[in-house]
Amino acid sequence: MKQNLIRLTSAVLAGSLCMGLAACGEPGTGSGGDAKEGKKSVKVGLICLHDENSTYDLNFLNGLNEAKKALGLSDDQVIIKKNIPESNECKEAAVDLADRGCDIIFADSFGHEPYLLEAAEAYPDVQFCHATGTLAHTEKRDNFHDAFASIYEGRYLAGIAAGLKLNEMIDDGKIKPEEAVMGYVGAYTYAEVISGYTSFYLGAKSVCPSTTMKVQFTGSWYDETAEKEAATKLISENCVLISQHADSMGAPTACENGRVPNISYNGSTKDACPNTFIVSSRIDWMPYYVYAIQCVQNGEQIKTDWVGDLSTGSVRLTEVNEQAAAAGTQAAIDEAAAKLKSGELHVFDTSAFTVEGKMLTSYEADVDTDAEYKPDTEVIKDGYFHESEYRSAPYFDIKIDGIEQLNTMF
Amino acid sequence: MAQQTHKTKEPLFHIAKRDAIVWWKAWGIRIAAILLALVVSGLVSFLLTGENPLRIYVTMLDGAFGTKRRIWGMLQNLAMLLCVSVAVTPAFKMRFWNIGAEGQVLVGGLASAACMILLGDKLPNALLLLVILAASVLAGALWALIPAVFRAKWMTNETLFTLMMNYIAIQLVSFFVYKWSVPKGSGQVGVINRATHAGWMPVIGKYDYLLNILIVAAITLFMYIYLKYSKHGYEIAVVGESENTARYIGIPVKKVIIRTMLISGAICGLAGMLLVSGTDHTISRDTAAGRGFTAIMVSWMAKFNPVFMVLTAFLIAFLEKGATEVSTAFGLNESFSDIITGIIIFFIIGCEFFIQYTVKFREKEAAK
Repeated sequence: MKQNLIRLTSAVLAGSLCMGLAACGEPGTGSGGDAKEGKKSVKVGLICLHDENSTYDLNFLNGLNEAKKALGLSDDQVIIKKNIPESNECKEAAVDLADRGCDIIFADSFGHEPYLLEAAEAYPDVQFCHATGTLAHTEKRDNFHDAFASIYEGRYLAGIAAGLKLNEMIDDGKIKPEEAVMGYVGAYTYAEVISGYTSFYLGAKSVCPSTTMKVQFTGSWYDETAEKEAATKLISENCVLISQHADSMGAPTACENGRVPNISYNGSTKDACPNTFIVSSRIDWMPYYVYAIQCVQNGEQIKTDWVGDLSTGSVRLTEVNEQAAAAGTQAAIDEAAAKLKSGELHVFDTSAFTVEGKMLTSYEADVDTDAEYKPDTEVIKDGYFHESEYRSAPYFDIKIDGIEQLNTMF
Repeated sequence: MAQQTHKTKEPLFHIAKRDAIVWWKAWGIRIAAILLALVVSGLVSFLLTGENPLRIYVTMLDGAFGTKRRIWGMLQNLAMLLCVSVAVTPAFKMRFWNIGAEGQVLVGGLASAACMILLGDKLPNALLLLVILAASVLAGALWALIPAVFRAKWMTNETLFTLMMNYIAIQLVSFFVYKWSVPKGSGQVGVINRATHAGWMPVIGKYDYLLNILIVAAITLFMYIYLKYSKHGYEIAVVGESENTARYIGIPVKKVIIRTMLISGAICGLAGMLLVSGTDHTISRDTAAGRGFTAIMVSWMAKFNPVFMVLTAFLIAFLEKGATEVSTAFGLNESFSDIITGIIIFFIIGCEFFIQYTVKFREKEAAK
């Protein structure tokens, strides 16, 4: 009887293998779209950590969809793989996309990078573009690229909206100037987050000089409960305005419940938080997708490190919610944005902040990623900290005066 | 069978336990269940998405077998799932509900990562691999030993205990991921020793996963023989049937419980090494990726027989790959593929009921 069972199971196995091999005969997807306007017909792959239920991934998915429309790509020219973890699975997904004839492959999550790099080594003729990564400039591969946006400028502008709101509270007599304490929910004690909250703080400080800020880290990019708890804790410590760098609705919800104004991230939370949402900054990935895909179409080299900014349309602010924002917010944001674009204003101007009471004149940042975190590049020149110039991902990791870290999450 | 012949209120049908069933009937029921599952999931997918069900099945096959690489990828997934399933099996056979495999795999992986990070530049690679092997096996065994000792000595509830040990393991991994993260503060360890490949398991020829697959095949074979032909295997079966009987015939129950859990945990730890040192070359909270829990189903569906487990693990690995491909190809949400997988597994587990029991309908009046 046992014998028979084994025979049967192996027959089933063999049978399904045969079916599978039969299925390999047809590649399924046709040979790309029709070549438009004489340009090379291009096939694009995208690897996402989660799916559209995560605001972070949704932002990338929307970006690619818009780029697809703008470039007139057909459905079978774009393959999207969702819910790909930051492990060997990412390499599997990337090489599978290459096997299917993708000419350019994007990945959206920081932890995908080393696996995408392995795929780039296996497929030298395919372009691999990674968002938020740090390795491209030291790997120096022709087909591996990092990209980011100067989102610190967006956060600075959102910070101005926060500062104006604080001023309004002070003018209304709701708080004293020294009580203008903001709270910030961060994911990790990581340069990207530190750069983000510092620029937010500096934006607020540029209009409300008495403001200070407390930062609570959650140790996760997406943890609704932890983010909500962190925001609630900050509110209980008398923070009168909250912002966050994490991807769930945790902090905005806590703010709406506690009627505390909120500066959001990744997109508008106005629908869920009509009374407290002021404005949100986000990265628009569409310009990068268009740029990189066009490079492939035209046979041009993609930049090793690409940084989108306000003028490329990569850094965006949502509409200001008039119901919660202070008067004149939009005008103040527009004015500062124009100055940032023209180069008249720099977010990390060393005259705008101090470190342990002193102005910073020199700083070596850890730009080249290594396990010892060795500082390697002088980044202060011409009176400001040159963020995102030596690589696309942020490397501002200085603790400045006025910001207190309540905990750390390395 | 027809013992109930009285006229009053006979239900339309009733359920009775089958004595034994010939193998071809059992497999007939199983195959019928799979066919039925395909029909139902085809119907559901047509109603929900309007796609042709046949195209969906072809896409599933394509996802698992479409290219040589996909076949290898699926075999790797199969091997890793099988490894954890084989690991939990001796404990299950002993009626020791070890649902802590997830944590045991994680601590094994954590031990591997620790050796790779801390000793990567200090030991020659062959020696380092031996140290990694010892460390991960010991770590997994230790994680299983703790609940086993408590159960053997103080009769604590092993289900709760092993479950809780998972969370401790996850938090432990989180802690070290913070500590070792590269770049600083990113919450990611990144690929460990990417330049030197120190502590990476060797690759046979061009086949990235072949070594993993061979190791798991050997473990599976070992477990089959161990459970079926060794004295230990017999003791495990007796303890599982009845601890009192075991005690009566002189089997040292406590010793058997602890020894079996040590083996269970050790193989889980080894699975952690295969994942960290063999394929991922990193450690994160998601390294075990739920295999510790899926393994319970795989082991159960195979009735704790390591050889059948190849088949059930294949089924799950195939469904996972296939369903993911369906959601990619048709642009559907991942939840859709979970629905399809759920339907198929529901039928497969459900059909075991009809193998154990039979449904008897009320005999028609005309028959009398």
